[in-house]
Amino acid sequence: MENNVVLRARGISMTFPGVKALDNVQLTLRKGEIHALMGENGAGKSTLIKCLTGINDFEAGEIHIDGINGTIKNHSTRDAQNVGISTVYQEVNLCPNLSVAENLFIGREPLTKLHTIDRKSYNSRSQKIMDELGISVDVTQNLENYSLAIQQMVAIARAVDMECKVLILDEPTSSLDDEEVEKLFKLMRKLKEKGVGILFVTHFLEQVYAVCDRITVLRNGTFVGEYPISELPRVKLVAAMMGKYLNDLESIHKENKDFTNAPMEISAKGLSHTGTVKPFDLDIHKGEVVGVAGLLGSGRSELARAIYGADKANTGTLEVDGKPVKINQPIDAMNKGMGMLPDDRKAEGIIADLSVRENIILALQAKRGMFKLLSRAKQEEIADRYIDLVQIKTASRETLIKQLSGGNQQKVILARWLATDPDFLILDEPTRGIDIGTKSEIQKLIIKLAGEGKSVLFISSEIEEMLRTSNRMIIMRDGEKVGELDRELSQEGVMHAIAGGEG
Amino acid sequence: MDKAKTKKQYNSNTILLFITIALFIVLYAGGCVAYGSKGFTHFQTFLNILITNAGLICVTCGMTCVMLTGGIDISVGALIAMDCMLLAVGMKNGMGAVPMIIIILLIGAVFGIFQGFLVGYLEIQPFIVSMAGMFFCRGMTAVICTDQVSITQEISPTFYAWANAKIVLPFGGYTNNKGKYMAPYVRPAVIVALLVLVVIFILLRYTKFGRSLYAVGGSEQSAAMMGLNVKMIKMKAYMLSSFLCSIGGICYCLNTMAGSVSQATGLEMDAISSAVIGGTLLTGGVGNVIGSFFGVLINGTISSIVKTNGKLASSWPNILTAMLLFIFIVIQSIFAAIRERKKA
Ligand SMILES: Nc1ncnc2c1ncn2[C@@H]1O[C@H](COP(=O)(O)OP(=O)(O)OP(=O)(O)O)[C@@H](O)[C@H]1O
Ligand SMILES: [Mg+2]
Repeated sequence: MENNVVLRARGISMTFPGVKALDNVQLTLRKGEIHALMGENGAGKSTLIKCLTGINDFEAGEIHIDGINGTIKNHSTRDAQNVGISTVYQEVNLCPNLSVAENLFIGREPLTKLHTIDRKSYNSRSQKIMDELGISVDVTQNLENYSLAIQQMVAIARAVDMECKVLILDEPTSSLDDEEVEKLFKLMRKLKEKGVGILFVTHFLEQVYAVCDRITVLRNGTFVGEYPISELPRVKLVAAMMGKYLNDLESIHKENKDFTNAPMEISAKGLSHTGTVKPFDLDIHKGEVVGVAGLLGSGRSELARAIYGADKANTGTLEVDGKPVKINQPIDAMNKGMGMLPDDRKAEGIIADLSVRENIILALQAKRGMFKLLSRAKQEEIADRYIDLVQIKTASRETLIKQLSGGNQQKVILARWLATDPDFLILDEPTRGIDIGTKSEIQKLIIKLAGEGKSVLFISSEIEEMLRTSNRMIIMRDGEKVGELDRELSQEGVMHAIAGGEG
Repeated sequence: MDKAKTKKQYNSNTILLFITIALFIVLYAGGCVAYGSKGFTHFQTFLNILITNAGLICVTCGMTCVMLTGGIDISVGALIAMDCMLLAVGMKNGMGAVPMIIIILLIGAVFGIFQGFLVGYLEIQPFIVSMAGMFFCRGMTAVICTDQVSITQEISPTFYAWANAKIVLPFGGYTNNKGKYMAPYVRPAVIVALLVLVVIFILLRYTKFGRSLYAVGGSEQSAAMMGLNVKMIKMKAYMLSSFLCSIGGICYCLNTMAGSVSQATGLEMDAISSAVIGGTLLTGGVGNVIGSFFGVLINGTISSIVKTNGKLASSWPNILTAMLLFIFIVIQSIFAAIRERKKA
């Protein structure tokens, strides 16, 4: 192996029952480089990673790692750690019932002379690690007390803290905010200088161009090519991933309508939920798309949850369609024609052991009530329609959802809420983990729904995608609605408002 | 945008533990007030609870470890019956007490490894595995001997001596109505049980293995992805349970001094309910042996109160335990709900 290569995989093939997930794929990771692994949802990125770390048992191919003669074959994450591969998987894999510090150190705890765990030492080391990352947490508290973003940072901190030659990050940024992404990048650059080879997966193209040196592209389980970053501008990258040219930025046009006289869909007055969101007023007209901008933890999701009854509002009134309503729990909201895609899909969304079809019709069935079962034929029809509509890549509608790639699981949950055909749809981070092609499809879909007279509340960390679809934006800060922007929505304007300038 | 927590927070599990301890104190104090005249206030009453439940304490410690991984071991009652029968029959046939104890501990460990292998490596439901284990042990007990076999002084003087040894405590005595000083005492089994408790407490809190039990219970997949050997950890948990159960079996036998087929029926349920009252979640990942210990004490106190009363039917302890369990499960789910709420 050339002396600057730290990991080389060649001819990797891997089949899941019915799916050829990888076919003769190669990957070369050099010392001190940040290498992007790109591809659409279901292209095989996570599968390749799991082959490298011993979770998947590949059929053909070989893996070499610097410092070890001959090929290696890992059988578990533990083996991979022993040869110097440290991984953050796509799904956050930590134990919510353990403290932050324990999550950082479990399996490699510092020991005292008596061979017991040295709690003091790992608590203080953990606190130092998190402080250095600029994340204020109390490391002795259980992980479950913290947000998804912080959990993600803990997973990253754990992987980084292990002495490793290769660091693999499978979509680490999907639930992070710009600020945390910046922290992560700083960390990655530091490791790069130390000579660590980093494999980085993301669906945010800007992030690729911000930190990566080289790109490997996969498509449908096959290797498309490896390119230095300078030779693969954005348009070409998208083309390599999709196999066709797509101008993702220009194909979306929202209508600039004046909604002042349009009938009201949702009208909230003084709604609040103690501890998460302060009293706010919000009007949404029929056919209007309203974006919610704000930093992580600013109360974006909580605002939506208060409307939807996921957190029961403590104060205020809510009118739907001009009629006052009382919403105590989500099913009430659903019966009033609302639907909400929650942001924590893992905890609130995916039912791993049900099929794609069952996962799609779940909310619709709940809305109809237990006794009005949808006929099988109807279920299949709905499932097929949405598999097609949001482009879910699945072997069949009866495939178990856990066998889908991460992004395709996200699409199923999106389909679940679209299938309830709500008049008012709340989308909390609908494009998280979704590839660039489908992202623009989803944005188009939102505009199309609005065109049909439906209203959408759209929450996203990507300001651009809200700008492209929203007619109006509200700004959240510290659990408070601090302003609204309607005319001349611009990136700078919104950023300024979020950061604390005049809304 | 996360708020730094300045105030030291107790997590809800610690609060649950406090509730368990408080409940024990209230219950015990209630007993003292109601039956003070019948001697409930004597320190010996408390010690008797320990003596009667020494075996159960050991078993519950093991059960807690298994429940932490999200599993269950319902074979323990039957294993105890088998242990007692083996002890009785073995010693009756001329074996010494010490060799028999070693044999029993070995059997416990091997039996546990076998159950753990099925659960950990072959991924069979723990309930099914330990149910099979339960039938096996009960069956074996009957195969060894269908009659009740008593352990008398002639059969094993050593064992007899242990059973009747009094370890007198230098405090807490009282003078009875005949003017005689009654020194409080415990039996050797109590010392064994308390040692087990301390060892398991340290194991769970301060060792890698102990913490990995919590990790596996919290999320098996995550534990594996973080590089823990989940299969091995599970196997060890079941081994520990059966091993501690065998220690408990010896303590139990020191109380009953007999082997019989129907001994210790339902003991697994006492162990599970004690663990649950002590704050161990059936879903795994939450709990500790101190809670479980107080769970056993609470169950013991209830029995003791009913016994002291003398007029209540013997089924009352069951009913009271049922009510307590119910209350506890409600409290636990309230806490779970609060935690969910706070998370946002
Ligand atoms: N456990 C499994 N069983 C069956 N098929 C699977 C399993 N895991 C993945 N697949 C299939 O393998 C293919 C590749 O999936 P993979 O998770 O590697 O995609 P990905 O590139 O990581 O996509 P994403 O961007 O959505 O995370 C998909 O078609 C998926 O359905
Ligand atoms: Mg993936």
